[in-house]
Amino acid sequence: MSATTSAWLVLAFPLAGTLVIAAGFRWMDSLPARSAGWIATLAIFLSFLASVGTLLRLQHHAPAHRQLVSSLWSYASTVGIDARMSILVDPLSVFMILVVSGVSTLIHLYSIAYLDRDRGFARYFSYLNFFVFSMLLLVLAGNFLLLIVGWAFVGAASYLLISFWYRRTTATRAGIKAFVINVVGDVGLVLGTYFIFKHTGTLDLLGSFHAASGGAFGHGTDNGDLLAGCLLLLVGAFAKSAQIPLHTWLPDAMEGPTPVSALIHAATMVTAGVYLIARMHPLFELAPAAQDVGAVIGAATLLIAGTIGLAQTDIKRVIAYSTMSQIGYMIMGVSVGAYAAGLFHLMTHAFFKALLFMAAGSIIGAMAGEQSLERMGGFRKAMPFTYGCFLIGGLALSGIPPFSGFFSKDEILLVTGERGGWHWGLYVVGYIGALLTAIYTFRMIFRAFHGEPVAEARELSAGERHHAAVPTNPATGEEEDTDVGFPGPSHTVAERALPMRVAMGLLALGSIGAGLLQIPKVDFVIDDFLKPSFADSSLYATHTRNGLLAFGLVLGTVIGLAGIAIAYRVWVARPGTAEAVRARVRPLYELLVNAWYFDELIDLLVVRPATAAGRFAKDTFERLIVDDTLIGGTTGLVRAGSAAVRAAQSGFVRYYAALLVLGVTGVGFYFLLQS
Amino acid sequence: MSIAWYLAVSAIVFALGALGVMTRRNPLVVLLCLELMLNGANLALIAFSRMWGNGDGQILAIVVMTVAACEVCIGLGLIVAIYRRHLPIDVDELRELQG
Repeated sequence: MSATTSAWLVLAFPLAGTLVIAAGFRWMDSLPARSAGWIATLAIFLSFLASVGTLLRLQHHAPAHRQLVSSLWSYASTVGIDARMSILVDPLSVFMILVVSGVSTLIHLYSIAYLDRDRGFARYFSYLNFFVFSMLLLVLAGNFLLLIVGWAFVGAASYLLISFWYRRTTATRAGIKAFVINVVGDVGLVLGTYFIFKHTGTLDLLGSFHAASGGAFGHGTDNGDLLAGCLLLLVGAFAKSAQIPLHTWLPDAMEGPTPVSALIHAATMVTAGVYLIARMHPLFELAPAAQDVGAVIGAATLLIAGTIGLAQTDIKRVIAYSTMSQIGYMIMGVSVGAYAAGLFHLMTHAFFKALLFMAAGSIIGAMAGEQSLERMGGFRKAMPFTYGCFLIGGLALSGIPPFSGFFSKDEILLVTGERGGWHWGLYVVGYIGALLTAIYTFRMIFRAFHGEPVAEARELSAGERHHAAVPTNPATGEEEDTDVGFPGPSHTVAERALPMRVAMGLLALGSIGAGLLQIPKVDFVIDDFLKPSFADSSLYATHTRNGLLAFGLVLGTVIGLAGIAIAYRVWVARPGTAEAVRARVRPLYELLVNAWYFDELIDLLVVRPATAAGRFAKDTFERLIVDDTLIGGTTGLVRAGSAAVRAAQSGFVRYYAALLVLGVTGVGFYFLLQS
Repeated sequence: MSIAWYLAVSAIVFALGALGVMTRRNPLVVLLCLELMLNGANLALIAFSRMWGNGDGQILAIVVMTVAACEVCIGLGLIVAIYRRHLPIDVDELRELQG
């Protein structure tokens, strides 16, 4: 079996899984309990095995020949269009399918226990398999067309999963918001593809890159059309990866079940933008201005999201803003040419962020659906395993050596710094962001796990599990029942459920150990592995300046520890400090709690003008022009015509007979006169 | 005898029938006038048949008679039905088909 065959299998298993579960969910009810979940997990696990197989077979090829294209069939291949069902198997896509299928397997496993009591169990797993299929299609796509298809499928799957509890109005609204903003990104991607296709004349990715480097856009940089294309691709990337100003859907997307947040909104889907920029690097390198835009937006996002994370009280929203911030690092990294570092951070982030979400899900289970940090506290004794996992994830996120986040984050900043010039600004912003990261991460840990145990924690220590008297929506406090379309009657705590513990344990190992893949000056597994995909890049540098390297590593450690120390002082050593600070900088606090008023700003700039325009169109255009003139005019014409004809239909039989005779006589005379 | 005489009689009978259909209001008389028109046509058919020494026209005349018999059946049936429902026996009053 060749590398491409096994890559097709990577796609086939999740697709088969989603079809089997979706078509046979009623029949699965008669099987032993929870079979849908196990089938889904097995499908993704087989996909992971196939990914590993692809990796092994790809490594048989010589490094220069590690870009394999396989086409199943051709949709349309006429003059100027080559739309094929083709995949591109190269180190970059293999790296992505390994991360996606690997993390997805563990999250499927976790979900089996987490959604145990939910009435929509089979529906959930068919959606989740569909999502994994779409994501794998996105990263394996060998041409722009399939990339767009995968891109849109991922958005649709995200919508389905965010609105999974479809009787919660907050969840459906969040799903619609995510979908609409993702469609903005889809439009950007499609239009960007037009701009590129116009010049390269091929939809094939490798063909486009080849044409671009061969001078399809002229031989200078920043050709107008190429720049427009790259900026539109960036719009797509920003919408999918929740970068400013298209990020507002991500915090709301936390309405979905927690494993969904872990899978889609931490580990996989939101990294699609990072993948896109890395994949399109031959185009972006010809348009440095677009790269600069990406880098600046990434840096701005990492800083702004970090500050918002300090003030939020919903535990999942804090992690969501943290995700935005970390993806800001990745976008910044791949935009300044730190491709390997950005993708390395993508991988480590997938591990520790999924882990943090899972641990948060465990706490939320123990609190019977409550997500507010204000009501949590003292879970350390009651949930030692979850605490350990959260701590590992937190340390990795804060960038404390030797956890994985330390190596990947510092490498991005190192490459950024080495670009010199105004990139030093990004370098500084990155370290400020690192400080914020450490503070908000440990704020979560100290508030949820330390301090006086709350009632739920004490119940759990005593061996009982807390059940809310009346299930409520944590976002609005409305009462909900536990019927289908609502969360199940009780969540499961990691301490009690083996699948959850296995999934979290493996991710914890990844969070600790993944950094070892690439230790500066020791080994360069990621760098070397990805090199064939970036062979044509002028920015892909594997060597680093030693002075800056040592400085960066020390600075990263110091900043991470300083952040933890600040968090410790504020929330553990002197518990009143937070309130005092909040009182002193009230306006700033308001700004952060309201997430820099981005929602309100978008509401003012986009939503309201659009609503006003829509209302104007409805009242004026539709009523006057469409209803009155076009539709009214046509019907009026037909009505008048039929009224005239109707007058002839008098109903007098004699009158008809007379007309008939008259007509026949007329015809007779006509022929008589003719002859 | 010239065929013109036959055709003249046929035309007169046909025109009388047509005039009756157009002017009379009693459906029974309208039906009778229709028969007149058909017989006028029959007369012309047979005259032409004689002129050409060919039986086709006569056969056609017999077919027309058959059709006329059927039509009278249905027409009289309708008139009886109208009478039984106490509707006016007047074609001008029966104008349900007015547009």
